[in-house]
Amino acid sequence: MTVSHEPLMRIVKRGESPFKLKLLVRLAAVLLALIVDALFIYFVTGLDPLAVYTTMFQGTFSTPMRFSWAMRDLASLLLIGIALAPAFKMRFWNIGAEGQVLMGALATAAVMVFYGGKVPNAILYAAMLVAAVFAGALWGFIPGWFKARLGTNETLFTLMMNYVAIQLVACCVNIWRGQASGLGKLNMKTKAGWFPQLFGQRYNINLMITVLLVVLMYCYLRYSKQGYEIAVVGESENTARYAGINVGKVIIRTMILSGALCGLTGFLIVGGRDQTISTTTAGGNGFTAIIVAWLAKFNTFYMALISFLLIFLEKGAGEIASAYNLNDFASDIIAGIILFFILGSEFFINYKPIFRTGRHETINKEVA
Amino acid sequence: MDTLIAWILRAIPFGTIIMYGALGEIITEKSGNLNLGVPGIMYLGGFAGFASAYLYENSVAEPNMVFCVVLALFCAFVAAMFGGLIYSFLTISLRANQNVTGLALTTFGMGVANFFGVFILDGRTATQSLVYKTFQTKIPVLSGMGVIGQTVFGYGFMVYAAIVLAIILHHVLSHTRTGLNLRAIGENPATADAAGISVTRYKYLATCLGAGISGLGGLYYVLDYNQGIWATTGQIEALGWLAVALVIFTTWKPLNAIWGSYLFGMLYWLYQFLPTLIGFSVPGYITDLIQMVPYLVTIAVLIITSLRKKREDQPPASLGLAYFREER
Amino acid sequence: MEYAIELRHITKTFGSVIANNDVSLDVRKGEILSLLGENGSGKTTLMNMIAGIYYPDSGEILVEGKPVEIRSPKDAYAHGIGMVHQHFKLIDVFTAAENIALVLDKHEKYDIKAIKAKAREICDRYNFEIDLDQKVYEMSVSQKQTLEIIKMLYHGAQLLILDEPTAVLTPQETEKLFAVMRNMREDGKSIIIITHKLHEVLAISDRVAILRKGEYAGTVETAHATESSLTEMMVGKKVELNIERPDPVNPHLRLTVHNLTVQNAEGVKILDHVSFDAFSGEILGIAGISGNGQKELLEAIAGLQNPDKDSSIVYYPDDDRDSTAEQLIGKTPKSIRELGIHLSFVPEDRLGMGLVGSMGMVDNMMLKSYTEGSSFIADRSRPRHLAESIKDELGVVTPSINTPVSRLSGGNVQKVLVGREIAAAPSVLMTAYAVRGLDINTSYTIYHLLNEQKQKGVSIIYVGEDLDVLIDLCDRILVLCGGKCNGIVDGRKATKEEIGLLMTRLKEDQEGGVA
Repeated sequence: MTVSHEPLMRIVKRGESPFKLKLLVRLAAVLLALIVDALFIYFVTGLDPLAVYTTMFQGTFSTPMRFSWAMRDLASLLLIGIALAPAFKMRFWNIGAEGQVLMGALATAAVMVFYGGKVPNAILYAAMLVAAVFAGALWGFIPGWFKARLGTNETLFTLMMNYVAIQLVACCVNIWRGQASGLGKLNMKTKAGWFPQLFGQRYNINLMITVLLVVLMYCYLRYSKQGYEIAVVGESENTARYAGINVGKVIIRTMILSGALCGLTGFLIVGGRDQTISTTTAGGNGFTAIIVAWLAKFNTFYMALISFLLIFLEKGAGEIASAYNLNDFASDIIAGIILFFILGSEFFINYKPIFRTGRHETINKEVA
Repeated sequence: MDTLIAWILRAIPFGTIIMYGALGEIITEKSGNLNLGVPGIMYLGGFAGFASAYLYENSVAEPNMVFCVVLALFCAFVAAMFGGLIYSFLTISLRANQNVTGLALTTFGMGVANFFGVFILDGRTATQSLVYKTFQTKIPVLSGMGVIGQTVFGYGFMVYAAIVLAIILHHVLSHTRTGLNLRAIGENPATADAAGISVTRYKYLATCLGAGISGLGGLYYVLDYNQGIWATTGQIEALGWLAVALVIFTTWKPLNAIWGSYLFGMLYWLYQFLPTLIGFSVPGYITDLIQMVPYLVTIAVLIITSLRKKREDQPPASLGLAYFREER
Repeated sequence: MEYAIELRHITKTFGSVIANNDVSLDVRKGEILSLLGENGSGKTTLMNMIAGIYYPDSGEILVEGKPVEIRSPKDAYAHGIGMVHQHFKLIDVFTAAENIALVLDKHEKYDIKAIKAKAREICDRYNFEIDLDQKVYEMSVSQKQTLEIIKMLYHGAQLLILDEPTAVLTPQETEKLFAVMRNMREDGKSIIIITHKLHEVLAISDRVAILRKGEYAGTVETAHATESSLTEMMVGKKVELNIERPDPVNPHLRLTVHNLTVQNAEGVKILDHVSFDAFSGEILGIAGISGNGQKELLEAIAGLQNPDKDSSIVYYPDDDRDSTAEQLIGKTPKSIRELGIHLSFVPEDRLGMGLVGSMGMVDNMMLKSYTEGSSFIADRSRPRHLAESIKDELGVVTPSINTPVSRLSGGNVQKVLVGREIAAAPSVLMTAYAVRGLDINTSYTIYHLLNEQKQKGVSIIYVGEDLDVLIDLCDRILVLCGGKCNGIVDGRKATKEEIGLLMTRLKEDQEGGVA
């Protein structure tokens, strides 16, 4: 429906934008953001932005070790993005990844603490994995069930579940550390439950699993029957019912999957990266991954790209910080500005401004 | 009895921080905008307030403390409003997703506050603004009158300002045309639009003003609660999320924020006073579980309201959705 | 003669569709004018132009003799025009008084007590019954409607437009509304009422204006009109369409619907003890003013509604009635499908229910069949072949079979949907407004497809709105009125007037008089 007074400019929805337009708009957004960031750097610090950006580049690429660390951090972020993809595709706002990851990490750590060195390693790994997946799935199931049965607002519910998880972790860390000031690495002596080293690093297992999951999740969403159901439910519950899909079942199942994959991420972080647990094990990646998943429009390969961009910025900012005596919070600002620009650019992909031409012509177009 | 008093003396200032955060977010959400950037906004407000006061103190030989308070309040409000403006422009004008934009704003606000904060810290781990003494000035005479005076009148002016603000907001939302229009937009923007109300203008104003108020929570935290000490911590972020939780707990009603925030404060500090209250000490890990209570209570409220389906307790119907007139 | 409003040569087009063509009509001061016309005759569009929702392409509007421009609902208010839409514009969590306050002018003081006092005055004057402190979500439909009218009067409306106000009311509530309308007329207000119910037209209005297919067909004094004369004017002369109608070959019973009753969320009976049989090789038409239960009837058969307990829908697979008859009540679309029963359903809301707009043809082909096979992976090769063949056979114009169907034109969207439903080799094919919004050629393609299915022995249930088409295409026509089956007529013998009368007036009313 339309109103009859015509403003100078109106906004209409585009159907589908050509790939070229999407690419151009996004590139322009990142470029503009980098210019704004450069201005920011220049006016705040007086440094030459180009030199700063060069330094930034070194954060990820100066040495193979740097690159390896960047990949390690990318794996954690990307894994969570992958875990969120099915929920978001279903238009279920799972803001609770942080908590779901922590629950997975906590379950992993608990198995390591209680059974480390008491059972064969193979069984220990299996137990860690199962416990982590189960814990994460439970954290996803609870808000999913309430959404499906009572229509409870999932955004707020999952957000609150994060803090319940954080406090649970704090509690357990408190118990396990005993009189010590910190928890330190778990099973320091036996190394039970630590991932074996692969090409020199324990976390290389995480990398491989991440690559595998990028492909698997892509296929799951694109080719599987369940992925198809998720797409239909996300698009229109009415259509889903028409097609005979049990909407509640799909919601719950998908949230279990999303939570389970977050739990798996927790398992990989504890076993392969940290060998310990704290309330910052997820490190805010649970929130950042939401942005990653949303911007990539649930395509796991795009997610890899966006995750890389964000990790690159984070590492680069760290590098700037040490090189120029600044601090690495600059990465939050730079990332924030880039995210604002990319978020804003979506508008130009989805909508088209139309300027007023003649009175009657405009009216005709409005109703056409 | 002493324990109870000490407990209250802790809980009310704590509650005041999140009350500001929640009051701002209530206005924002009443316009249909779910702004998850509250933590970032509180960071912006807290830092701008602190920095302006600190810089003023250190650049003038004899700083006027009253002026310093006004300056800090003004700067905190404006900086937080700036955060709200970014959010508004992206979500209202450019129709970006509200959740994602809010989270990005949280990242940004934390980054800005801590990045510039490090400059002020200049190598130290913490630094202090003396204006906190003015912020903490208790009500003269009354605060000296025994237990009642201590627990009721023994706080800085911002504690009472928050209560007054809650009452004013309640009045505006319930009894004025502005409030009526704002609520109509949050419920059904298309109907409000048809009634000739400017949806865009109201959304912008509500979100920016709301952000300004939330930002005062950050200011209060730094310059009063934390004794004017600025340090790089993640504390404000947790407070910001607690403020979002409080909004749900109040079922979007400003008056509930008064007692709700104090209740959250009591729950938050429960761990320190519980041992004395029950007569034996509890292990440290129990305190972590007790700190979970505000969130559990919020979840319970969320579930109960969706179970009872009482319309007055539901979130604004268009919360989280962008409004696009042609889709009417 | 003083006129409240005069419309002069109003024309309004939507794309290539002409909604109103050179319509002129006027409303006198202090009269009730009925605006009569079939579905899609342009009544609501015309009224929306007076209310400021649309702006006419050409023509002019005069209020109290002066030409005016009405560009928004606010303009309409300013000229004393208020329209009560079928979808109420109310805020659910507000009280009645708050809803009235919402549309106040800026210069008016916001004082809820004063507003209530003034509203109460209006209620007393015209005899409205309403609790001004009640929340809208607690109100019945009739109360919400009352509130909308009070809102308009509060605004100083001199001309009230009511869009099908009685469609949602019980006979008692209708009587109450009519009494109030008469009070308003006494007070010098003018009222335009859109309605399909002829006995109501005769009971309430002073004059009747009739629209037919977007054009003005004339105005008559109600005193000189009868139900048949109005029906004749409304439906016009029978138009020959040359739609082929093969005779049913070897028909046998396919579906027996008995005592089907469906209630909506408010507990109102949308379908009321509807009973009929459907046969294979036959097209059963469903006629009725829209909103008289057609949608619910098809959805109930498809397993998408929760009918009352004593309802029964029995499906017979072949001639032998006793062998494997299946009761469909209580089954879901999935469980019906698992019984091997192929019910195809082309719903009214094509992109919101029948198809997924953001998906291409291929993915839409598998909407009902994606579960087939035991594999975890969904088979896309068969849907792809199906999409290709539908694209070729029905001439679907699309850049690619993977282009989101929401980007296709209305006709092509419908071809995709009908094509899929026919490809499922149905034994029952239900269509709701299958040709709505389609051009002539596409419409004939659809008729042809339906006839092909009929000759294959499919039982077709065709919900339509164009009486000419129903009479030419269908073997039998069931007429729904107020959720009841108001008669089943032979498509070869029935006249438009006969069906028109059945649509607008329940038989028992005719026999027993108006309630």
